Amino acid sequence: MESRFISEINGKKNYSNTMSDMMSEKTEDAKTEAPIAEKYKLQTKDVNVFYGDFQAIKDISMNIKPKSITAFIGPSGCGKSTFLRLFNRMNDYIEDFKMEGKIKIDDKNIYKDKIQLEQLRKEVGMVFQKPNPFPKSIFENVAYGLKIQGIKDKKLIADRVEKALVQADLWNEVKDNLSKSALTLSGGQQQRLCIARTLAVEPSIILMDEPTSALDPISTAKIEELIHHLKQYYTIIIVTHNMQQAARISDYTAFFYMGELIEFDKTKKIFTNPEKKRTENYITGRFG
Amino acid sequence: MINIEEQRIILSKNGEEMLSLVHNQVQLAYEAFTSFDTDLAEEIILKENRVNALDVRIEKDTDHFIALYSPVATDLRFALALLKINYNLERIGDQAFDIANHTIDLNQKLVPELVERLQFNLMFETLESMFKDVENAFINENLKVARKVFKKDKIINSINANAFEIVAEDAVKNPELIRQYLMALMVMKKFEKIGDLLKNISESIIYFIDAEILKHKKKK
Repeated sequence: MESRFISEINGKKNYSNTMSDMMSEKTEDAKTEAPIAEKYKLQTKDVNVFYGDFQAIKDISMNIKPKSITAFIGPSGCGKSTFLRLFNRMNDYIEDFKMEGKIKIDDKNIYKDKIQLEQLRKEVGMVFQKPNPFPKSIFENVAYGLKIQGIKDKKLIADRVEKALVQADLWNEVKDNLSKSALTLSGGQQQRLCIARTLAVEPSIILMDEPTSALDPISTAKIEELIHHLKQYYTIIIVTHNMQQAARISDYTAFFYMGELIEFDKTKKIFTNPEKKRTENYITGRFG
Repeated sequence: MINIEEQRIILSKNGEEMLSLVHNQVQLAYEAFTSFDTDLAEEIILKENRVNALDVRIEKDTDHFIALYSPVATDLRFALALLKINYNLERIGDQAFDIANHTIDLNQKLVPELVERLQFNLMFETLESMFKDVENAFINENLKVARKVFKKDKIINSINANAFEIVAEDAVKNPELIRQYLMALMVMKKFEKIGDLLKNISESIIYFIDAEILKHKKKK
């Protein structure tokens, strides 16, 4: 059975919630600043992160274009995951965490006190290294975020679940077993289910922290294909240790080393002729 | 040393070996043709098998390098450049092989005046110098030396362009030497081709050192 959402998915996506909804303070400036937001989905300026006395991120400024895939690469402990988790304020719960600088999504500073964290996390979804489905049915897993949001309309929930599963390329595999436990799915299916769970709440940015590192090559290829497909609707940022994966799927690559952003450029440039020697040494496997 | 570096060094050494082998073939071909040494020409023809075998080995090893080590950046450019360099060297080997065959077809030694008039020596000396530049640039990753090859190729082209007029003028005066004149023209054309192929190799060396693609561009 072909999903009734396929045509909608292939068409233009309409986001019902934007960052301006998330901000409790709405200013008139938002309209005049719209072109900047159109140009860059996400902007960071002079960002520093400290865990107590340890500085994990050093003066990073970066602009990320909408509907692009950006890969963060670098050796373990270089700060790439810390930097990624700043975008949905996941680091806020870490003891002694302190951030300086600005991070803007759609030109709105997400580190202002008045930000609504629930709304931010709806807007900025996250997929983790290890698939982490809840011990519930496939349907309940995908519907979870919607219910948390207070959506009670059963038809709306069912439609959104189907749409998310179609987008995550899982619908055809699970449509007859939606009430089955999510834990019965394979690792690759579980990860696609987690992606569907993220998509169900209709974010505009998806953060992925090594989403395929626990998967076999076939499941990895499926997820990579899915990421490539999702690019037309979402801004995707992915942390990966797999150089070939970064090269294959991303439009832009950022190389981090010891908390610094060493180089950020088009992926084609980084993987054929990087500007910095340290980038070249890392991607060619000569250090790190 | 990590494995990819070891593999790249092995490939590079194979490239050096191919350069040296083909260079030697061209030196012998010049010597055989100008001194009408058919034994030497036979040796060149036999050694062509070695050139072909090394060509296949380099191509296979480079394929494996790309498939097994997924090279990127400088390593990838090196592998891609080596494939092109190897292809051009094999074609230079073919030119030497053809010159050796022309030597066998020649019925007598070239007259010294003809060699002098056609600037055969200058053409060969220039080619020798281009070979040395290419070897130096490849081994030492020297951009400046690689670029020297382009100017020298122009000298070769100019000598070859003048040769036709000289032969047309002299053949009327010495019709008994017509076979020599025609053979000389054919060999000069081979040398001119070798110059072009060395220029291609230089472009590939510049690409792998500096990521600059010079194909179809005016060379300074």
